Amino acid sequence: MAASTNLRRFPGFLTVTIICLFVLYAPLIVVAVYSFNASTSITNWGGISLAWYVDVFTGPEAPKFQQAALNSIIIAVCASIVATIVATLAAVAMTRAGRFRGKTLSFALINLPLMVPEVVTAVASLVFFSAIGFTTGLTTILIAHTVFCIPFAYLPISARMQSIPDMYEQAAMDLYATPREAFKLVLLPLMTPGVLSGFLLAFIISLDDFLITNFVKGAGIETLPTAIFGSVKQGIKPNIMAISTLMLVVSVVFVSLSWLIGRMGQEKT
Amino acid sequence: MAAGAPVGAGGTSNIYKGSGWKLLFPSWVIIGIFLLAPVLMMAVYSFLTKEFRGGVIWEFSLNAYDQFFFDRGLFGDEPPTLEWTYIGIFWRSIWQAGLATITCLLIGFPTAWFIATRKPESRSIWLFLVTIPYWVNLLIRTVSMKFLIRDTGPLNEFLLSLHVINEPLGLINTNFAVQLGLFYSYLPFMVLPIYAAVERYDFSLSEAAADLYASTWTILWLVILPVVRPGIIAGCILVFVPSLGAFLAPDLLGGAKTFMIGSLIEEQFKGNAGNWPFGAAASMILLTIVMCVLLVYARNQNKAEAR
Repeated sequence: MAASTNLRRFPGFLTVTIICLFVLYAPLIVVAVYSFNASTSITNWGGISLAWYVDVFTGPEAPKFQQAALNSIIIAVCASIVATIVATLAAVAMTRAGRFRGKTLSFALINLPLMVPEVVTAVASLVFFSAIGFTTGLTTILIAHTVFCIPFAYLPISARMQSIPDMYEQAAMDLYATPREAFKLVLLPLMTPGVLSGFLLAFIISLDDFLITNFVKGAGIETLPTAIFGSVKQGIKPNIMAISTLMLVVSVVFVSLSWLIGRMGQEKT
Repeated sequence: MAAGAPVGAGGTSNIYKGSGWKLLFPSWVIIGIFLLAPVLMMAVYSFLTKEFRGGVIWEFSLNAYDQFFFDRGLFGDEPPTLEWTYIGIFWRSIWQAGLATITCLLIGFPTAWFIATRKPESRSIWLFLVTIPYWVNLLIRTVSMKFLIRDTGPLNEFLLSLHVINEPLGLINTNFAVQLGLFYSYLPFMVLPIYAAVERYDFSLSEAAADLYASTWTILWLVILPVVRPGIIAGCILVFVPSLGAFLAPDLLGGAKTFMIGSLIEEQFKGNAGNWPFGAAASMILLTIVMCVLLVYARNQNKAEAR
């Protein structure tokens, strides 16, 4: 027995894991700490203060970043809702509709946004919108975001649906439920955790995007990442660190929620 | 299929049989019109003539590809010789992405192994710890890394104050900084598939090898690595592919000497200096490389499954 536990251990692997976590967290922690710096210089430490958080909400750049944040949220909410609905329907087709022609092709299509490099998607979208004479703006960002959110919403939803046996729906249909009713009243409630984590995942992915947005946003319209990028190009200022820390907190809260919802769902079945 | 049997990975339940296409219709419309059609349009654009203030003239031309591969002198009348500028940028990108992938593997494998050999209850917490940074905005992570390793940043200040170094390390704007950024961006993509492979690993194989007097490292090299290889290959692809076309890490952490494909393409669509057909051609070449990598991977995968 002792031998079998030893076989799971390799000298140094714990150290590498700690180094790994250190590298992952160090930059984020440093920025979070420096966002509370009272000094106007970003390098010298001048004591703890909330000045830069006040600056984010009331400072000269506040209206710009607030508009950008609002745009980001509108786009993320709309894109992830549409993507979640589309992905849910696709997941039902892939896990519940048996075999049909073009199934493998459809699976490849849903995952296409993950396979095409982001910069290529960005170029293709820009070229396409300009070729059909579509003015770039909020709508084009929304469309582009919906496309790449679909596979991210699809992953947790289809994983969840595969783990639910279809006996519940079979039972409902034995009791004369139509397929539509069986889906709405039986399957949908059962897979709510999957749909919710798919939605949250799509939401974060949409908020995260910089490159594609930067190509299709058009003049004058900014999302939070493009506004931050523009500002960082002129040097990292303390207010950027405060915004970054706020976004970091939002992401961590969302991912934790998604994780907890996923766990909750697992315990139920 | 008997009621109650779990739905298999292949999706063998046919409870909604016949409505497959109806349910997939929205996916086909959205991805078909707004991704598949744009990629085809981009392919067309790469064969058009450039308009000087951005955009294209609808005239067939091979200029974009010609400019990518050949140098015809300042006035375009000299015999063509191979043009190394753009091939060099692609080669450097492949090299950088490759090094970042190897770094991710060297750090990611021990981490994945360590996590997968914890007690089942604590595994998900460790995994969660590794994946949290991935969900933080990529731009913010890259900016944080830039802030940390700048010449006047906290890392250098700290090392200077300890007198470990006498002058700043000069990390920023180097190839190393770009690799660090890529490593930092995509590490979870390496850890997760390797973790999944190690979790399924049958430890009686290690025991059998140990009974035959194999040393710890021999077991790792000759028994474990071949078994978990599919996970390692999947991880390498998941890191290599996005690294190849990455824009933020090379743009923010690198300098002029670390110019990569992503920046080359982006430049063609910004401002007045842009050359849309050339940008489209460079994108097509990048897409071709990525699709080749994925195809080779898919074929190996199918072969492995057939075995």
